[in-house]
Amino acid sequence: MVLSISNVSKTLPNSGLGRPILDQVSLQLSAGQSLALTGESGSGKSTLLHLVGALDGFDSGEIHLDGIPLSGLQEAARAALRRLKVSIVFQQFNIIPSLDVAANIALHAKLAGRYDASLQAHLADRLGLSALLSRYPEQLSGGQQQRVAIARALALRPKLLLADEPTGNLDEDSSDAVLALMLELVQESDSALFLVTHSPRIAAKLDRQLHLSGGKLR
Amino acid sequence: MMRAAFHTLLSYWSRHRFQLFALVAGLALATTLWSAVQAINGQARQSYAQAQDFLQQLDGTSLVSPGGSLHLSDYVTLKRQGWKLTPVLEGQYRNAGQSIDLIGIDVLTSPQVARLFPAESLGGDSDFLRGILHEPGGIVLHPETEKLLPSVLKEMQIFRSEAVPLGLAVADISLVSRLLQRPDDLSRLILLGDTGPGAMPSADSGADMRPPDTRALASLPAHIKLAPGGTARMNPGTLTESFHLNLTAFGFLSFIVGLFIVQGTIGLAMEQRRGLLRTLRCLGLPFAQMILILVVEITLIAVASAFIGLILGYFLAASLLPGVAATLSGLYGAEVSGALSLQPAWILSGLAMTLAGASLASAHAFYTLWKLPILQAPSTQARGQRLLQSYTAWAAAGIGLSLGGVLALALVEGLIGGFMFLGGVMLGAALLLPYVLWSLLGMAQARTRAPLMQWLWADARAQLPGLSLALMALMLALATNIGVGTMVSSFRLTFVDWLDQRLAADLYVTTLDDAQGAEVQAWLSQQGLTVLPIRSKEMQHSTGQLKIYGLRDDELYRNNWPMISARPEAWDLLVQGRGVLVSEQLARRADLQLGAHIDLPAGWPSEILGIYADYGNPHGQAMVSLPQLLKNAPDVDNLRFALRLDPTQVKQVINMLQERFEIPRENITQKDLAKARSMAVFDQTFLITDALKLLTLAVASFAIFTSLATLWNQRLPQLAPVWAMGVRRRSLALIDILRSLLMAGLTALLALPLGLLLSWALLVVINTAAFGWRLPVYLFPMNWLALVLLALLAAGLAALLPAWRLFRISPSELLKVFSSER
Repeated sequence: MVLSISNVSKTLPNSGLGRPILDQVSLQLSAGQSLALTGESGSGKSTLLHLVGALDGFDSGEIHLDGIPLSGLQEAARAALRRLKVSIVFQQFNIIPSLDVAANIALHAKLAGRYDASLQAHLADRLGLSALLSRYPEQLSGGQQQRVAIARALALRPKLLLADEPTGNLDEDSSDAVLALMLELVQESDSALFLVTHSPRIAAKLDRQLHLSGGKLR
Repeated sequence: MMRAAFHTLLSYWSRHRFQLFALVAGLALATTLWSAVQAINGQARQSYAQAQDFLQQLDGTSLVSPGGSLHLSDYVTLKRQGWKLTPVLEGQYRNAGQSIDLIGIDVLTSPQVARLFPAESLGGDSDFLRGILHEPGGIVLHPETEKLLPSVLKEMQIFRSEAVPLGLAVADISLVSRLLQRPDDLSRLILLGDTGPGAMPSADSGADMRPPDTRALASLPAHIKLAPGGTARMNPGTLTESFHLNLTAFGFLSFIVGLFIVQGTIGLAMEQRRGLLRTLRCLGLPFAQMILILVVEITLIAVASAFIGLILGYFLAASLLPGVAATLSGLYGAEVSGALSLQPAWILSGLAMTLAGASLASAHAFYTLWKLPILQAPSTQARGQRLLQSYTAWAAAGIGLSLGGVLALALVEGLIGGFMFLGGVMLGAALLLPYVLWSLLGMAQARTRAPLMQWLWADARAQLPGLSLALMALMLALATNIGVGTMVSSFRLTFVDWLDQRLAADLYVTTLDDAQGAEVQAWLSQQGLTVLPIRSKEMQHSTGQLKIYGLRDDELYRNNWPMISARPEAWDLLVQGRGVLVSEQLARRADLQLGAHIDLPAGWPSEILGIYADYGNPHGQAMVSLPQLLKNAPDVDNLRFALRLDPTQVKQVINMLQERFEIPRENITQKDLAKARSMAVFDQTFLITDALKLLTLAVASFAIFTSLATLWNQRLPQLAPVWAMGVRRRSLALIDILRSLLMAGLTALLALPLGLLLSWALLVVINTAAFGWRLPVYLFPMNWLALVLLALLAAGLAALLPAWRLFRISPSELLKVFSSER
């Protein structure tokens, strides 16, 4: 099991909700599987993604990532987990403006010490970035920046790929192609994909779909 | 992992080269000004230490005649009584407008000769003794002193030694007594034995020697006393400490101004990299390693900047040092080498100061980073908002510091209290500035109805967080310029008045010897001219060196003498020989008031009749009537005198003196020439002050420029919406310049009262404690206006580049603000 979430609850201070944003949430995700999480804005989708990515703590319950329990982990151990096992594609891309496309794609893999030039070339090719490798983020369109963020995440060959609206800035054809690539690489590397999206069309392409509402998974 | 992370963090600078330049330039400038001042101080202290070491050798336990000289017969008598002594004669040799201090020692009996002039210091010259003793005689001096040597002395055999202090020449006592025309005088007799009469001579005479026993002392003639070693001269270090303290304060101020640039730049870099840092942490870079990389990064930048600063500082110091040497010589009589030597301690201290400054400047940024939650969205406004919240706290700290400064002035005496006051008030005012500006801009905004003007005021307030450090630096620099400028100009005005009073006579003549002096005076009197002799006696007083002049009663003195306070009948009493006039610095040093008595040797009048200004003189001075001087010191030189003439007669009298008495032209000085020379010395004195205040202002202007230029990216989200609503780019660019002028103008206006307070503290507190004289404060509104205009010009120039970029920016760049592509 790559990901196991058991009865996790989380309350956001000053959220004004009057209840936990996540309330006794549980789910499992195996290697090679993909899961789409949908929900209204503010339903807690991104919060759950941050908890799974060891970016934030939770109030109760437990999350196991590749068999490692996240509760009680020190910052250094959480950092190591993020570095080695998880890749995140953020809604705002979070690519480094001062690095060119090639360095941005390689960054996470290099931090983890498992950079693979041929994989990088393959990803760049598949995502249509080969001609843009020496460009800087400010010279790219929003869609191109999003593809760079996806390539950086996939270049790590993570155990778990987390994606927050990864195709939000892409047209329908590009979005389908990128999603197909993500699913293909997840299958190839025996990892798992946890994807947050608003789009039922995108969600339908993944193995499983869950909807988050009122802090509960349905 | 570290390598990739390091490369990623460093890559920021490759895309923000101007910010890197601003950071390096800020640190380098701070180091330059600080290290230049330290190099100058270090060089001066090295010169003092060398001089002190040398003079201590000649300042052993001695027999002296307080208030006068020893006679040669005293030496003979004491030798016959069995005292082991070696004589010393000191004096100033003047010739043709040049002068040099001479020390005469008996090279045959003085055991110090071998230590003072080791063979290698004289270039291994084996003919030293022969050259010193044989005609025409030899003198030993520092190589740099040779150019100051009166031409007559150049006929002597010159021995150059780095061991001899600057401005001093050492020779055999026979030659010195001949040159000084004091064949029977001795300044002191250094004890060679360790008891008194009958003791064996020792090569280790000096300050560490045991004094003679009381029986031996009792046998001394009444006019001879024992003087312990190390007291005959004042340490030049203590005399000049205030000057160096002033320079250090200036250097420190410049350093702080430089650090403002650094803190602003580091803060901005950290702010702009917040997204990058967050991403790196999301990608698994441990926080501790990220901090380590940032520390390494800032250390590397600081070290590189420090070396640039040290190189620039060395050249700056080398260019300023000759001026400083002239100041120290002219104002304090302390000679300092004009050539700068490189000292390892200076390099290390400059490096340490830069690293400490960089740490201090980046501490806040690191603290902010430490407190930064990993998931907080990057916000370029966050820093500004936090700063705004801090303004009230800053203002409170500023008020506290100012009150602390005032308290220090009241409780701590002297220079330290003065500098604590200045430091407290200056820093306090700087901390208050953002709050005051924020409030002023807010008030203006509240009173404005036109929408664009409202936006202008609001935008100026929004820009304040990014500019506040630079504006604080500008205020400190402007206040320093106003304060120091007012001090120097007040001093200059007072000095010019004082010169007019002191140099009231039309012509000053120095004859070749006493006989000629008497002859010339008699002849001039026969011509119906008023001759005013300038005769003086030098002696040691409990406050240091003291020169007593004898005045002939003349309306020139009565009408012009620069009295600060005097009894109504002071001149009459002086002429009657019933009192003495003292200089302000002597009065302050000895704590003398009108009517009090000064401790002079028996026979001299002692009641204080008046206190007069004597600016620029490091030593004490007093005036008695000429008959009183001649009664107490009948053998004083009769070489110099002043002449009161009709201006039309001046040329004719000069010609007559030259033709009839063959007095060299350089021995005859016209009033205007003497004044011009004095003013030249004065102006030279404040050359370094002028240079440092302009440099500080330049650094502050640079701080505004770097702030505006680095804030450029943050400005677009504020400007683009206004542009989209129909305000042209040209208008926006002009408004941008106007805003900078507004901020700089407000800052300059606020700097004015601070500068005046600074000038008051410098003139009334610091100067009085440091020099011993108090100066009146004059106001120079035109100078302030010029400074305000200069500040506006600097701010305008600083705003020009960002405004030009705004004027030229393409609409697509502005449109990016509204998309997610930025």
